[in-house]
Amino acid sequence: MSSVGPASNVPKPIAGPSSYLDDRLGAGNFLKRNLRKVFPDHWSFLLGEIALYSFIVLLLTGTFLTFFFKPSMEHVIYNGSYDGLKGVGMSAAYASTLEISFDVRGGLLMRQMHHWAALLFVAGMMVHALRVFFTGAYRKPRELNWLIGVLMLTLALLEGLTGYSLPDDLLSGAGLRITEGVAISLPLIGTWLTFFLFGGEYPGEDVISRFYSLHILLIPGILLALISAHMILMWVQKHTQMPGKGRTNTNVVGAPFYPAFMAKAGAYFMFTFGVIALLGTFGQINPIWLFGPYTPADISAGSQPDYYMGFLEGALRMMPAWEINIWGFTLPLSVLIPALVPMGIIMTGLALYPFVEQWVTGDRREHHVADRPRNNPHRTAIGISAITFYGLLWILGANDEISWTFQISLNWTTYIGRVLIFVAPVVAYIVTYRVCLGLQRSDAAVIGHGVESGVIKRLPHGEYIEVHVPPAEDIEAHIRGKEPIPVIPGADTEPGGIPPKGLRGPIGRLKAKLSKAYGGEKIPLDDGHGGHAHGDAGEHTAVGASEDKSLTH
Amino acid sequence: MTDNNHDIEQPDERVPKRVVGTPSPAASATLLGAKETAGGVDVPGVNLQDEKTAKKGEKIAALCFTITLLSGIAFIVSYVAFQVHGVESAGISNVALGGSLTLALLSLASGLVVWVRMIMPKYTLVQERHLMASDGGTRSYVGETFLQGAAESGITKRPLLRRTLLAAAAPLGLAPLVLLRDLGPSYADFPEKLRHTVWGEKTKEGKNRRLVVEGTGAPIRAADFNSPGGILSVVPEGYEHDLNALAKAVLILIKFRPEELKSGTNLNWTHDGIVAYSKICTHVGCPAALYEQTTHHILCPCHQSTFDAADGAKVVFGPAARPLPQLPIAVDNEGYLVATGDFAVPVGPSFWERGDAEAEVREKGGHA
Repeated sequence: MSSVGPASNVPKPIAGPSSYLDDRLGAGNFLKRNLRKVFPDHWSFLLGEIALYSFIVLLLTGTFLTFFFKPSMEHVIYNGSYDGLKGVGMSAAYASTLEISFDVRGGLLMRQMHHWAALLFVAGMMVHALRVFFTGAYRKPRELNWLIGVLMLTLALLEGLTGYSLPDDLLSGAGLRITEGVAISLPLIGTWLTFFLFGGEYPGEDVISRFYSLHILLIPGILLALISAHMILMWVQKHTQMPGKGRTNTNVVGAPFYPAFMAKAGAYFMFTFGVIALLGTFGQINPIWLFGPYTPADISAGSQPDYYMGFLEGALRMMPAWEINIWGFTLPLSVLIPALVPMGIIMTGLALYPFVEQWVTGDRREHHVADRPRNNPHRTAIGISAITFYGLLWILGANDEISWTFQISLNWTTYIGRVLIFVAPVVAYIVTYRVCLGLQRSDAAVIGHGVESGVIKRLPHGEYIEVHVPPAEDIEAHIRGKEPIPVIPGADTEPGGIPPKGLRGPIGRLKAKLSKAYGGEKIPLDDGHGGHAHGDAGEHTAVGASEDKSLTH
Repeated sequence: MTDNNHDIEQPDERVPKRVVGTPSPAASATLLGAKETAGGVDVPGVNLQDEKTAKKGEKIAALCFTITLLSGIAFIVSYVAFQVHGVESAGISNVALGGSLTLALLSLASGLVVWVRMIMPKYTLVQERHLMASDGGTRSYVGETFLQGAAESGITKRPLLRRTLLAAAAPLGLAPLVLLRDLGPSYADFPEKLRHTVWGEKTKEGKNRRLVVEGTGAPIRAADFNSPGGILSVVPEGYEHDLNALAKAVLILIKFRPEELKSGTNLNWTHDGIVAYSKICTHVGCPAALYEQTTHHILCPCHQSTFDAADGAKVVFGPAARPLPQLPIAVDNEGYLVATGDFAVPVGPSFWERGDAEAEVREKGGHA
């Protein structure tokens, strides 16, 4: 078999190696399908990419750090070039972190970039997850990719925890101590877990090298595999798109992978990398030399974990001192509840949401056009409610700083927090729901009445009116992309009627109730003005003149 | 809103058509934009840039790439030029390396963006989506092939083969778990370990262990620690640098006026108004290191558990459920403070096997 020669006038230096590869891999077929793969455009689609590129920066800077870091708790006397700690006893891990900072060229930069990239990685994942949640982009067929995302977010928190515990400074040790306090509180397995994690009593001499292999090998390895799966699924399922002109559930409108999307993605990677470099250069982060080596006997006031752990810290702080002792065993609820419940609610809630929504709406169709958040008010309200819950815990994780800055009693920040954590999510839910409906009404007004033009006209009989004009084509298409949320057939069976199978019994009735509340069209776009499209404005004028005296709307 | 969409002739440019929260006109421009055919290619959805814009873009992009080239060189030069040895030089090197790297990356990114936006065409390509599911025929073919293969392999009709294979997998699956056993220490009476600290051990000479100041290691003469309100962080003599011992044994030592002490404090375990409490918070184990002289409150900076030092360190606020354990102290014949025994209850965070150790001690007539 002779190889297939280049069909076109591709320059030889490219055609040669390409034919070589295609003869062996058959890559041509893949490229034929994918070179011009279309990627839709919207600013919010870029949020996940921040996380992706931060991860690459983490791998690059992290690899550099491993060349110099010594993951050992062996006791050494520091004799490096940082005068403040000369002659002080410390672990080899801490000493090597000082060495990276002060005796390796570019070491401080890489350390700071690594830490900033980690913060950006988690932040990117969070805002990306919120975008996917609020636009319903997790719906069929993307539920599995959503689950992969939730798993990655959980792993990222673990990766962060194992990472910031490594330098073995006083601050990282405080985090480790709290981790131990939480682990040992677990019923039945707590002491076993801690003694196995620390290789004996806390702090022992093993935990840093163990965290090190988790941090640089196991977790990043799993993350890398999951990121690849995440990307492949996105590629195969094609990206969702925002509603708009010419965009349907069966097409995808946008720019081709080659050359435009590729170049844009490259530029975006460089921007992310550049911003991390900027932060690493000018934004001092985790100056471990100021904290001193770890000892379980000391702590500094104002100790805070990295921000993504803040919600756990807040939960621990605001919890009342509950502890149960029965039959000689202890259940430290004041540790167990804050350590497990908020995280459990948030992560489990995220993981289950697509399936619960499907159960409630009975919607088994594929969705490729993103929802505008206002168009699914209950989902958006649930999301904002969850953000409020998380955000409150997060803020309470810094209640000492709040108390100090605003000169409020520390105890009162806690008391208020204990009330708000239950009240605020409910308020947020109601307010968000109303705001969504309001926005839907304003959409309906744009479609039904047109856009205010800012032009006042005086009619022959003396009335002043503001001229409304039809919205721009693309805006109208964007608004009209709204779809009613499905309701399970038969969910609105009248009381006394016979509901269909599956909606009987207590669970069935609950399902029907939820479905009716969650689904349906709250504010139809042609809200009672179906006949008042802009076409028949002439008739409308007459009606308006006799009925509408108000000019201020 | 009033129904005022009267049909009135309006010059287009006077009519704002955009509503807050809707996509920018820039996006619609690509959707509706007139076709440019400067390159002579006319593909639907590919709107070429006009040559003037492209020329300008080329210049800007080239400038950006040149800046990247120069900053890249500057990075290498900085690496060679700025040695690091200590805070100041590390700071200078950091700014030089980081600054040049930042400039190189950001200007490369800017150049690429200019390339995409000013030289490449504007695209509005449309591609069809297809249902993810394979068609019915394919599914049933795969299903049948799967069953056929299973039958051919014999796994379905040869239970002996199937069961022994499953049985064979079990120990191999457990093997990695067994391997993890030595992650933990060789002993298994973990709760016992948690109940004792080095304060319970006598010194090599068989004497009570002295309290020494953390940091200096100096023993504390009770007569010298005499100003009420005074506070010291204290570690056991001989274990000043043993982190495992310190994680349980570190103390907070406070001097009171005798009349200030309340019933919660075991006076037999004090010496002349000097009281020693475990410094390890009973919540999750942070050192409860803050002390407020006027209220006698010990505060843990991690989660703000607050203890009343004058009253047996009972909890007055925060998530800690139990008081800080008190250590029995006295003076030796040289007048130095020593521990006369271990804590009566386990120090630090609660654990499953701990139980209500305080109640047990009280039952035996002791003081927790």
